[in-house]
Parts: sequence; structure tokens; C-alpha cells
Amino acid sequence: MTLPARAAQGGITTRELSLWYGDFQALKSVTLTLQHGLITSLIGPSGCGKTTLLRCFNRVNERYGYVTTRGEIKILDKNIYDEDVSLEELRRLVGMVFQRPNPLPLSVYENVVYGLRIHSPRRDLSKSRLDEAVERSLREVGLWDDLKDRLGARATGLQLEQQQKLCIARLLPMKPEVILMDEPCSALDVEGTRAIEELMWTLRGKYTIVIVTHNMAQARRASDECVFMLLGEIIEHRRTEDLFLHPRDPRTAEYIEGRYG
Amino acid sequence: MEEDAIKVSPTSTELAEATPSGPEPPWRRRPLEAYAELALEWLIRLCGVSAILFVFGIFFFVFREGAGMLFGKLDLLRFLFTKEWYPTSLSNVRYGVLALIIGTGSVTVLAMAIAVPFGLGAAIFVSEFCSGRVKETLKIVIELLAAIPSVVWGFIGISVMNPLIQELFDASIGLNVLNGALLLALMSVPIMVSIGEDALKAVPDSHREAALALGSTRWQTIYRVLLPSAKNGLLAAVLLGVGRAVGETMAVLMATGHSLNIPRSVLDPVRTLTATIAAELGEASVGSDHYQVLFVIGILLFTITFFVNLAADLVVKGIKKQ
Repeated sequence: MTLPARAAQGGITTRELSLWYGDFQALKSVTLTLQHGLITSLIGPSGCGKTTLLRCFNRVNERYGYVTTRGEIKILDKNIYDEDVSLEELRRLVGMVFQRPNPLPLSVYENVVYGLRIHSPRRDLSKSRLDEAVERSLREVGLWDDLKDRLGARATGLQLEQQQKLCIARLLPMKPEVILMDEPCSALDVEGTRAIEELMWTLRGKYTIVIVTHNMAQARRASDECVFMLLGEIIEHRRTEDLFLHPRDPRTAEYIEGRYG
Repeated sequence: MEEDAIKVSPTSTELAEATPSGPEPPWRRRPLEAYAELALEWLIRLCGVSAILFVFGIFFFVFREGAGMLFGKLDLLRFLFTKEWYPTSLSNVRYGVLALIIGTGSVTVLAMAIAVPFGLGAAIFVSEFCSGRVKETLKIVIELLAAIPSVVWGFIGISVMNPLIQELFDASIGLNVLNGALLLALMSVPIMVSIGEDALKAVPDSHREAALALGSTRWQTIYRVLLPSAKNGLLAAVLLGVGRAVGETMAVLMATGHSLNIPRSVLDPVRTLTATIAAELGEASVGSDHYQVLFVIGILLFTITFFVNLAADLVVKGIKKQ
């Protein structure tokens, strides 16, 4: 797909988005605008559709054949469900970080340049350009000082926290618009969680960051806006502090008080 | 119904009546059970160890039959590096297996050149492109291919491939290296597919998902991520296929023409090590030089397949370490 220059408001807009796994409807007419440059967290009890919604934004949930989607999602003013959308190009612009760190079974260096290798013609990939991309990305996620002497080491052997940072770093050379995070800290300890949250704040502003979390305290400290979902529907979408301090919907209030979920 | 329920859970008074000398602790060992357990353990141990015994036993007997020649009359260098194989000559008996080694080698190499791309391609297809019913059907059919007896493959070689090769390549004889190699390729593909598919299946799905989410096409995912991470398993699959091809006897005996010859092209007939043993052992008188030399060929084959299997094994061990 050819993409216009970033629209002023940027971000992600969904309209009447519904999704079925076989006969089961997992998303019900979701209409939502996520702003560019902010961190938005999706919260709600298990099975409410928050991960499903997240996985719509780069269309990875279509790996499984039994998914039907209706409605539209606009990123950079282009509906990603249009016929002429290239999934490869979409996923270059919409990066994803997974629940368990999943670096590719390659070296640290090759993990970071993987995106460049698959998305650029070979002649554009000079050694110096790749080296520069590696250094810049690793610096941006704070891994450069730790790993600069171990760029050839297998990425799957790093500590979990480093692996997760590397998974974020490998998105950056592709210059994504959106970074999706599916419970990025659930496999990490307190220190690791803090490090990833700090990293999210340093990345804030340049990307549309969407994070799914089970951890309400994390949503509260690490996001600008918060979307509360229940049974495939959006119940409430507001600034994080408003949602936590003055929830409008009684269901939201009960959830954040911990009455269910 | 109610009566049954009561019987199942006796009251404490009933229990006390049943065991007047005080309650029996349930954890006391019953001697008979303990012996049965021990016997079973030894039986299973025996089954495990017997494999080793059989291998060494076979090696011992083959070695014993051939030892007289191997350490006595046979000049090992002449044996391995001359091509004159005249075991029954009246005036000048010569035992040179070079032509046989080249025969086995040429058939194996050509078979692998055909089988490796096919086998690994099929493994990738089954593991990455099929799902559900197609996958199950394909796996069953491919494994069925492994169940065809090698003598039946020999039939096919003689009755189907022979005229076909004569026609297509305008060859004077259709029983040749090409024919044998095609059969061997078909015979070793199933083992490569099933081992190769296992190797690909062992690659965690998170790797596929990661590659996909970075915008890889299916092919990029396969050759940049899956093949490098499954390479040891795939190599093991290939080596097991090689072992199968080197050791195969009946099909190659029937399909290669069984003529002593150093081949100049794939359309020349050859004779292999295995086929020579199969064809001549019945006619050599027990204990004669000829008989013993055939056993030395057996030792040679044993050594080749041993090293191929050892290599496969070491490679598989390499996978586990990672």
C-alpha cells in the first residue's frame, strides 16, 4: 500500500469493528480512536477481547484460518482491511512485542537488522548502514552498553529483560508508526518490568503505543489513556487518571475496585 | 443403590471390626508386590541391554567370519583400491572392490541428489503449508511409501523404470545407476520427510509468529528463521537417508544391472557392495577365501553405515544441547 504523509491526528481509528472466531463473536462493533504519540492501555478481564483487538492492528490473528472480521481500522488514513493492503508492509509499520520475549534464534545483530534485511533491497544494505542501525536501535532501548561486545551472541541466550528490550529494538530500524505490546512484562521480574516501562516512556511521542495489560497498576502508571473492555465491547475510553479516579460506568468502577476479573 | 453407597464407605466401627488387632498401616510393603516390581524392572532392563548385545553379537560374528582374510591373506590396499573382482577365477583369483565401492557411492550420491531436495521440500510442505486433514493424509501416505518392501521396488525398477529409461534416454539398457538411484531416492524420502518434519515441528511457534509480525513473507520465514533453527535436525534426516541408501540391497541388486563396472555416466550399469554379498554368498562354500572376503565386504559396509549413523547421532545431540 502507498501511505500518505502522517495525518495530523495519526494513530489508529477503528469503526464498527467486529470479529468472530468461528461462531464466537470476540469483538462487538468496536469504535475507537487511539492517538498518535500517546501510550494507550487496553484493560479488562480475561477473555474480554483486548488481545484480540491488539492483534487486529497488525492482522496477525489471521494466521488462524477461522477468523472473520468486519468493519474497518484506519492507520495513516488507510483502512488496513482494504484489498490492496500488503500485510508485510503493514507489519513493518505496525510492530509488535509479545508476552514472552521471542527473539529470533539468530545473533543479537541479526535480530536487530532482520527487518531491514527483509524489507529493503539487498543493494541498499551496506555494512555501515546496518552497523549504524544496530547501534542506534540498541542505544535507544538502553542495551548498547551491555551488548556492544556481544553482538554475535545468540539472542535466545540473553536474560529475559534483555530479550524483551531486543524485541523492541528490532522494531525500530523499520521506522514503525505503531508499537503494539501484548502484556510485555508478564514474563519479567520487578526490575525488568520497571525497565520496560521506562523504555516505553522514552519511546512515547514518536509512536502510537498500545499495550495490553492484566496489571491495573501498570496501566495506571504507564499509560496516558486507558480503554476498558468487557465481553468484546468498549465500556470506557478516557485519560488514565480520569478512568481510575472517576470511572463513569459502574462496570468500570467495579472492575478497577477488583470486584471481578 | 443406597446400600452400595454405604458399603463403599464403611463407618469407623466397621473398620475396627474388620481388623481386630488394630488398624493395619496402609504403607506397609507387601513382599509379593515388591518382588514382582523387581522382576519387571529387570525384564525391562534386559530388553534395553539386549539391543547392545545384538549389535555386538552381529559385529562379532561378521568379524569372526572375515577375520581370517582380513588379517591374513588379504592385502588391504589391493582390496580397496583395485577394481578387479574375480573371486571364482580358476587361474588368477583377485579380490578388488574399488568398482563395487564406486558402484555403491555413485548410486548413493545420485540418490541423495534427488532425494534431499524432494525430501526436505516435502518436509517443509507438510510442516508449514498443510494443516488438518491434508497433513494427516500426506503423512500417512508418505509413511506408506516406507512400508513397500524393497523387492517390490526392484520389480518396479525392472518392469517400469527399465523400459522408461531406455525410451527417454535412448539407453541400451535401463538397469543402471539412474534406475537404482531413483528407487533409492524414493525409498529414503519417507525417512527424511518424517525426521525433517519432526525437526521443523520442534521449532517453537513463537519464532514463526515473531518473523510474521516483523513482516516476513512465508518464504522469508522459512529460509531465514525455520531452516537455520532446524538445520541440525534436517541434517540428521539427510544422514539417516544416506544410511538407508548405502545399506539397501535387493532393490539395487535388481535395478542397477549388477555388472562390474566403473560407471562413466549415470546410464552405465554398476554393481554395489551389498548386491555382491547377496548374490554371491549363497554360492561361496563356507569358510573358503571367497566366503571370507564377502564377510570383509560386510565389515566394510558395517563401518560405513556405522560412521554415517554416528554422524547423524552426534548432529542430533547437537540439537539437544542448544
